[in-house]
Amino acid sequence: MATFPEFISQNEERDGVRFSWNVWPSSRLEATRMVVPLAALLTPLRERPDLPPIQYEPVLCSRATCRAVLNPLCQVDYRAKLWACNFCYQRNQFPPTYTGISEVNQPAELLPQFSTIEYVVQRGPQMPLIFLYVVDTCMEDEDLQALKESLQMSLSLLPPTALVGLITFGRMVQVHELGCEGISKSYVFRGTKDLSAKQLQEMLGLTKPSAAQGARGQQAPQPPLSNRFLQPVQKIDMNLTDLLGELQRDPWPVTQGKRPLRSLGVAMSIAVGLLECTFPNTGARIMTFIGGPATQGPGMVVGDELKTPIRSWHDIEKDNAKYMKKSTKHYEALASRASANGHIMDIYACALDQTGLLEMKCCPNHTGGYMVMADSFNTSLFKQTFQRVFAKDEQGTFKMAFAATLEIKEIGTGGTCQWKMCGLDPSTTLALYLEVVNQHNAPIPQGGRGALQFVTQYQHSSGQRRIRVTTTARNWADAQTQIQSIAASFDQEAAAILMARLAVQRAESEEGPDVLRWLDRQLIRLCQKFGDYHKDDPNSFRFSETFSLYPQFMFHLRRSPFLQVFNNSPDESSYYRHQFVRHDLTQALIMVQPVLYAYSFNGPPEPVLLDSSSILPDRILLMDTFFQILIYHGEMVAQWRKAGYQEMTEYENFRHLLQAPVDDAQELLHTRFPMPRYIDTEHGGSQARFLLSKVNPSQTHNNMYNWGQESGAPILTDDVSLQVFMDHLKKLAVSSAA
Amino acid sequence: MNVNQQTPMASPYGQPQPGYGQPGYGAGYPAPYAPYNNPASVYQPGAPPQGCSPYASFPSKAVAANPVSDLSSPLDLGPLRGPPTSVPAPVSAAPQAYSHYGQGEMQNGPPPGSQAPPRPAVSQPYNQGAVNLSGPPQPYPQQYGAPPPMQQVTNQMTGMQISTGPPTAAGPGYAPPHSSQPPTSAAYSIAPHPAYTQGPPPASMAPSQPPPPRDPAPPQPYYGGPPPPQHPASSASAAPLPPPPSSHQSFPPTSYPGPQAPLPAGPQAPLPPGPQAQPPYAQGPPPPGSQPHYAPAPPHAHGSYPAARGPPPPSQPGPYPPAGPPPTSAPPGHYQGTMPPQPPAGQPATYHSGPPPPRAQMPPSSMAQTNHLPPGPQGPPGPLGPPGPLQQPPPQPGMQGGYPPQQNGAFGQVRGPQPGYPGPYPGQQNYGPQAPAPAAQAQKRLDPDAIPSPIQVIEDDRVKTTEPFTTGVRGQAPPLVTSNFHVKDQGNASPRFVRCTAYNMPCTADMAKQSQVPLAAVIKPLATLPPDETPPYLVDHGEAGPIRCNRCKAYMCPYMQFIEGGRRFQCGFCSCVSDVPPHYFQHLDHTGKRVDCYDRPELSLGSYEFLATVDYCKNNKLPQPPAFIFLIDVSYNAVKSGMVNIVCQELKTLLDHLPRENPEMDSVVRVGFVTYNKVLHFYNVKASLAQPQMLVVSDVADMFVPLLDGFLVNVKESRMVIDSLLDQIPEMFADTRETETVFGPVIQAGLEALKAADCAGKLFVFHTSLPIAEAPGKLKNREDKKLIGTDKEKSLFQPQVGFYSTLAKDCVAQGCCVDLFLFPNQYVDVATLGVVPVSTGGSVYKYTYFQAQSDRERFLNDLRRNVEKPMGFDAVLRVRTSTGIRATDFFGSFFMSNTTDVELAGLDCDKTVTVEFRHDDKLSEETGALMQCAVLYTSCSGQRRLRVHNMAVNCCSQLADLYRNCETDTIINFFSKYAFRSVLTSPTKTVREGLVNQCAAILACYRKNCASPSSAGQLILPECMKLLPVYLNCVLKSDVLLPAADVSLDDRAYLRQLLSGMDVSESHVFFYPRLLPLMKLEGDSLPLAVRDSEERLSKGGAYLLETGLHLFLWVGANAQQELLLNIFGTPSFGQIDPNLTSLPVLDNPFSKRLREIVDAFRAQRSRYMKLIVVKQEDKAELIFRHFLVEDKNASGGASYVDFLCHMHKEIRQLLS
Repeated sequence: MATFPEFISQNEERDGVRFSWNVWPSSRLEATRMVVPLAALLTPLRERPDLPPIQYEPVLCSRATCRAVLNPLCQVDYRAKLWACNFCYQRNQFPPTYTGISEVNQPAELLPQFSTIEYVVQRGPQMPLIFLYVVDTCMEDEDLQALKESLQMSLSLLPPTALVGLITFGRMVQVHELGCEGISKSYVFRGTKDLSAKQLQEMLGLTKPSAAQGARGQQAPQPPLSNRFLQPVQKIDMNLTDLLGELQRDPWPVTQGKRPLRSLGVAMSIAVGLLECTFPNTGARIMTFIGGPATQGPGMVVGDELKTPIRSWHDIEKDNAKYMKKSTKHYEALASRASANGHIMDIYACALDQTGLLEMKCCPNHTGGYMVMADSFNTSLFKQTFQRVFAKDEQGTFKMAFAATLEIKEIGTGGTCQWKMCGLDPSTTLALYLEVVNQHNAPIPQGGRGALQFVTQYQHSSGQRRIRVTTTARNWADAQTQIQSIAASFDQEAAAILMARLAVQRAESEEGPDVLRWLDRQLIRLCQKFGDYHKDDPNSFRFSETFSLYPQFMFHLRRSPFLQVFNNSPDESSYYRHQFVRHDLTQALIMVQPVLYAYSFNGPPEPVLLDSSSILPDRILLMDTFFQILIYHGEMVAQWRKAGYQEMTEYENFRHLLQAPVDDAQELLHTRFPMPRYIDTEHGGSQARFLLSKVNPSQTHNNMYNWGQESGAPILTDDVSLQVFMDHLKKLAVSSAA
Repeated sequence: MNVNQQTPMASPYGQPQPGYGQPGYGAGYPAPYAPYNNPASVYQPGAPPQGCSPYASFPSKAVAANPVSDLSSPLDLGPLRGPPTSVPAPVSAAPQAYSHYGQGEMQNGPPPGSQAPPRPAVSQPYNQGAVNLSGPPQPYPQQYGAPPPMQQVTNQMTGMQISTGPPTAAGPGYAPPHSSQPPTSAAYSIAPHPAYTQGPPPASMAPSQPPPPRDPAPPQPYYGGPPPPQHPASSASAAPLPPPPSSHQSFPPTSYPGPQAPLPAGPQAPLPPGPQAQPPYAQGPPPPGSQPHYAPAPPHAHGSYPAARGPPPPSQPGPYPPAGPPPTSAPPGHYQGTMPPQPPAGQPATYHSGPPPPRAQMPPSSMAQTNHLPPGPQGPPGPLGPPGPLQQPPPQPGMQGGYPPQQNGAFGQVRGPQPGYPGPYPGQQNYGPQAPAPAAQAQKRLDPDAIPSPIQVIEDDRVKTTEPFTTGVRGQAPPLVTSNFHVKDQGNASPRFVRCTAYNMPCTADMAKQSQVPLAAVIKPLATLPPDETPPYLVDHGEAGPIRCNRCKAYMCPYMQFIEGGRRFQCGFCSCVSDVPPHYFQHLDHTGKRVDCYDRPELSLGSYEFLATVDYCKNNKLPQPPAFIFLIDVSYNAVKSGMVNIVCQELKTLLDHLPRENPEMDSVVRVGFVTYNKVLHFYNVKASLAQPQMLVVSDVADMFVPLLDGFLVNVKESRMVIDSLLDQIPEMFADTRETETVFGPVIQAGLEALKAADCAGKLFVFHTSLPIAEAPGKLKNREDKKLIGTDKEKSLFQPQVGFYSTLAKDCVAQGCCVDLFLFPNQYVDVATLGVVPVSTGGSVYKYTYFQAQSDRERFLNDLRRNVEKPMGFDAVLRVRTSTGIRATDFFGSFFMSNTTDVELAGLDCDKTVTVEFRHDDKLSEETGALMQCAVLYTSCSGQRRLRVHNMAVNCCSQLADLYRNCETDTIINFFSKYAFRSVLTSPTKTVREGLVNQCAAILACYRKNCASPSSAGQLILPECMKLLPVYLNCVLKSDVLLPAADVSLDDRAYLRQLLSGMDVSESHVFFYPRLLPLMKLEGDSLPLAVRDSEERLSKGGAYLLETGLHLFLWVGANAQQELLLNIFGTPSFGQIDPNLTSLPVLDNPFSKRLREIVDAFRAQRSRYMKLIVVKQEDKAELIFRHFLVEDKNASGGASYVDFLCHMHKEIRQLLS
């Protein structure tokens, strides 16, 4: 058996699953004593170009409460044509189509290499993809123009059969009827009044088909009325392009000292309602583009008086954000309606100030939607990101899935659970926290294997309904006797992210310091449990290799914007957290602990410590925080550049040096979604703060003289450095008082 | 009483008749005519004031005539059949026609002398009768027993119709008479028909007589309500009478013979004659009374009709005067012989006294005389009157000379009316033919020609109005609205702007209360003036704004008195002294007038405008130009009827004609478009768009305007987009299946749009059906015919939900005027839908069962006119008055949030506000009463202006002065508005009674205080108000107050609302339609109108009837080929297409002229009148007949004659 790291990476490669522990403690009590919970990071739609979908449907366990899918871990009786469910031990007959089955003629799902397998459901109609644009018109003409162009461009990226719809809003909300000849029609709604789906249905005249058609009798069946609002791209491409072209800035006057009235809450509600009553349980994407906060109606996050600024963390702490609760409630209700119908809600917020992402975060969070935050629609950040939403794979299908549901079958942990994600993309990663239900006095027998089956049903962007089944198993171990093997199976990266996700979730509802304290305590307990030390002797503390990086992750996590709100607006925090909880482990790790590369004449580019000591005058640094790609020119390099040496042929190597990080950055920029902010700065530049706030402040104005070295750059901060953090940790871990 | 009366009457009649007959006849037709004429003429002129004394005679005459005839016929018929036949015919026919004619002819004047003599005779007899009555009430009772039939009838008749002198005396007796009268009236009505049938042959008459008896019975029902009770009452009063009354009633037929016998013996001799008609006729003397009338008529007829008579004779024979002609020759002779003398005498007298009634009554008078006489009043008056001041005048009036003075100048002119008579005559001829039947019936009727004729009055006024009307003289009543005249503004507002009910206001509240004459002004602030009159000048007083009194804030006007060398001025309204601003200072001349007096409109004119400053604007901000928003129903019905298509097509051209002040400039009015059914569709028609955009608002529960920019646009800039929109709307909704509509949200939408644009404006709502879709202002169908006539009826006129009242208030606050065009196929609840239009100064148009083909023209013309007409927006009207009176009540289409400011979201050139004044102090005769009506409004170009109308009227301490200077048309305008508003709060019956009571009070007050002390039984009407009864009757019979079975609730509500904004001229023609005979169209002048009665229609002719809302072309079944060819291009009656909506364009002078007339009529009215061709005896004739307002109508409305009788009875009751 290979080492655990190899095993882990292989598993991740094949199944998209990483567990915090790869050997499972066999009882509930022991599981809880592990400090880091038994949990999995699952990337359901991890790209598997080598995995061809199977053109038939899965075979299910016949027990109504189980319904597990036939998998390689099942015991099969080839003669009796029976198989035993490895979850409930039910014996099942193979269906008639499997009559030819034998040891040498096994169906794919029984082959071990197909522990992850994808079925294509042939039943049911092919569902069209639905894209509903919800567009804010309260923005500067320049922004609006850019947005319009992006939207028009996006039409060309949609498959011709996809249905599109358009809702615009400002003070009013307009639902545009598409494909009208001559006159363009739209239904207008007041931005201050929420409507139920039923009301909306009536008001949009979507209730009539039955009555009207009945009355018409023999006449040619009318196309469904919903077609008025959602039409195939191929049909109304021109029409919609014109419509978008004619979009005007919201015409209602905005008086001095006021914000434009923006009926975002109602617009989203109408979008949800429209899809709810026309295409329930069909994959659909509501793409909301906003240029500012909702200022009226349900879901408003700030009044229209400019003199009252939008809520800050400070206001929230003081319970001064008077719209927040109501607004959040509104969006949460929308999110649950949308997810109930399998619809995705995206938010593209482009404004210099906050737009209320804090309140709206649940919409993308609960529906698997995207949340994109930028300063303006007229930035490449938005434009590229938006374009990347429509990225396609080699088959020309979107890298997105709709109306996805995930089911888990697990042995020993309590049956079936289901979640609805609605939107998934290949990097969407879920954290699943598992519970061992076996009581301590009735542990699972040694040597057993725990099996997990993840069943993800989704609507492929080709319109097909697909089911991806991942079945995986791990060994059980008695924590009392086999603690070493459990410890050795620790996946500290996965664990760090899993803990971070827990912390982030706590941060949503708890005060910042409480979360940090909790995180610290967990860390200390982990150290106490798995560390090797003498009581009350900090210097004796040792951590095994599988745990060694974990405290460092925690240190950076504590400083990360996911837990620290200082210097971040509530919207930014929401944005960061949103991204954090949906990306895969690698990306998440970058978010927690940015990577830093150094470029110098001293050698090839090299990763360097995320530490102030890495900031040297003759270096160019490239930092990737996931949200930002930052190029920092050291003091000397900056001076050289200013002097223009790169223009001189004899200093071509300097030009190359300057160019190298830029090229690397571009590469990152092109693959990253959402597109990060690209920052090019230098020593003393105002934007260098992004770098300085991330590195470990090993040198500060407090201790720089103690170090007395020339290298590195002191950071003006009171934050503790990693060193101090570790010292404290050790002290506490070994403390017998704890 | 009756008996007594009758007896006396008889005698008088007999006497007079002979005289009449002899003179008249003797002279030949001319002679009789002459005499009649004289009286008639006399009446007309002198009638009103002096009327009183004359009344005695009049009533007697008129009443007598009718009653007698009626009664006699019925009663007599029974017994005297033989004679009756002859009698009836002559009586009824002859009297009416003749009498009229007679009067007319009488005007000719020759015979006055002859008349004079007769009168005395008559009067004397009357006196006798009177004496009897007065002295011996007892006798009445006694007599009753016997005479009841005849007498009663006569009495009743007399009482009812005209002020029979006797009645008063009779007091108690009267009542009975009344009762009897009612029957008579009933008899009249009834009688006619039977009479007609029977009519032709005299012989039939005899048979007809039986019917007469019936008549009595019917009569009762007729008068039914009032009379019966009265009988008892009256009888009671008479003490002895009681029994008799009942007996009387029943008796009439049977008893008559008996009674008659006695009667004849007595003075009643005449009566018997009546019944015996024929005999009398033959005899001349007795019947004379009645016959004389007839006789006269015949004469006239002879004169004018001779030719025509050919036909009439046959008809005439039976019933009326016609009888005269044919039989005339013989009977006429008699009649004439007999009649002329008496009637003349009696009639003249009576007529004179009661100027108006006189004429008509004249003929009856002769008859009536008998009646009257019996009553006693006449008797007494006769004797007394003549001798006494009052009566003397009558006689004198009869003399013409006397009357004129009394009547004021007007009287003399009034006589002019007689010329009108000729008109009636022709009609009569027709009658003859039509009504030939029973002479008896004819007899029963009060001679319509003997009662005041609107046509005559109108014609007289028209003829006399030759000079421009100058407004400088205070207290001068302007010409009637029906006359063409030129106005010169010399300090008071033109009557086109302001008309008052009284130009002599009583000085004290007591007087006003006593007279019951309403004090009101009908103000049409933005009236369009004829091209030859200058519109009000625009005065700019600079930045400080108009100069006003410091205290009462009245605007500078000619009533401000400059003092202290011109440095200060004293307000004419409140007497407060204010400083003259330096920039306005001017020296005074030696008379104390400012030197620049005539250079400044505000110092020398009655009407002018001020430019308002920013202080006069909402929010202290100069207003934006107004906007027009078109809101079009596109539900199934609207599309199917073609309305949507028509509106959209029309708007394309109409938008070039938006109102503007400078014809050279483009209109600054912006426009917006909305269509709707259950949801609303707004349209963005911004000029920069390639195509219009439709914005659907389906959240009707909470209306808002979905767009700002691009909704209200300048027509010129957005022309392309608008045209495209208007082309597409009909297409878009061509296949709609939506039948439900909303209404409240539609108005809210318009209102919100105006609010958003911060401007005033007007909404044009084109709506089809009851708004039953779920939305604010949703309505239920609540049309419940069972409620009609009950106390709950009023609720049907009230809005069924309060929503619209609140909405209206909001509209007014924004200056949002709403015009509603309705195209209903069923009940739409106009009462509720109309709330907003009515409260915002808007109009409601209703096109029931709209058909694109036939109604297109009317609708489009209305729409065009409505869009183009000059109007003001966001207006506030305030009426200030001088100390002593106060504006207390306002009627019209507007909203009032307090008691003084009339707020009009829109005020167009056709809208009228009627203001009622009340005393709050004494007025002085020296200063008169001043009123200033100031309207602050935004012009269609967005300029804020103040239009000021000043009006000064005299004040009087004598009631006579008040009655001398009244305007009946205006009074009717006020009454009708008052009544139509009252139906919201009271049962229609109460409202009707209230009107009758007030009217009776007015006339009784006059009778009591201004007329000569003639017998109370006479009906004496002030000259100015002699048409009050006929017009009032029209109001009472209107669909609102007394609906016919086929009149929908919507129609009633519609008319009710419509009237509230009518000016005097519109209300006049609305209540008394104009009926033009079309037999001859020559020259530029219109043919003389005829009275609105079926009797005036000739089977051989064609008539044009105009109501202000409808235009009917009635074609007689026997219309001459030539006529039909000229009008329709077809020679045959049968080939006329009754569905014609416009006259065929034929190349003949007649057709041309007729079309000119139709066009001219339409041009006069604010609403386009659709032409409806009515063929005689076609179904549509029912509708047409509804507008023949002098006739009884199907819904129970009284005929003019009957109503006059009723009114007389009421008056007498008041007097007693």
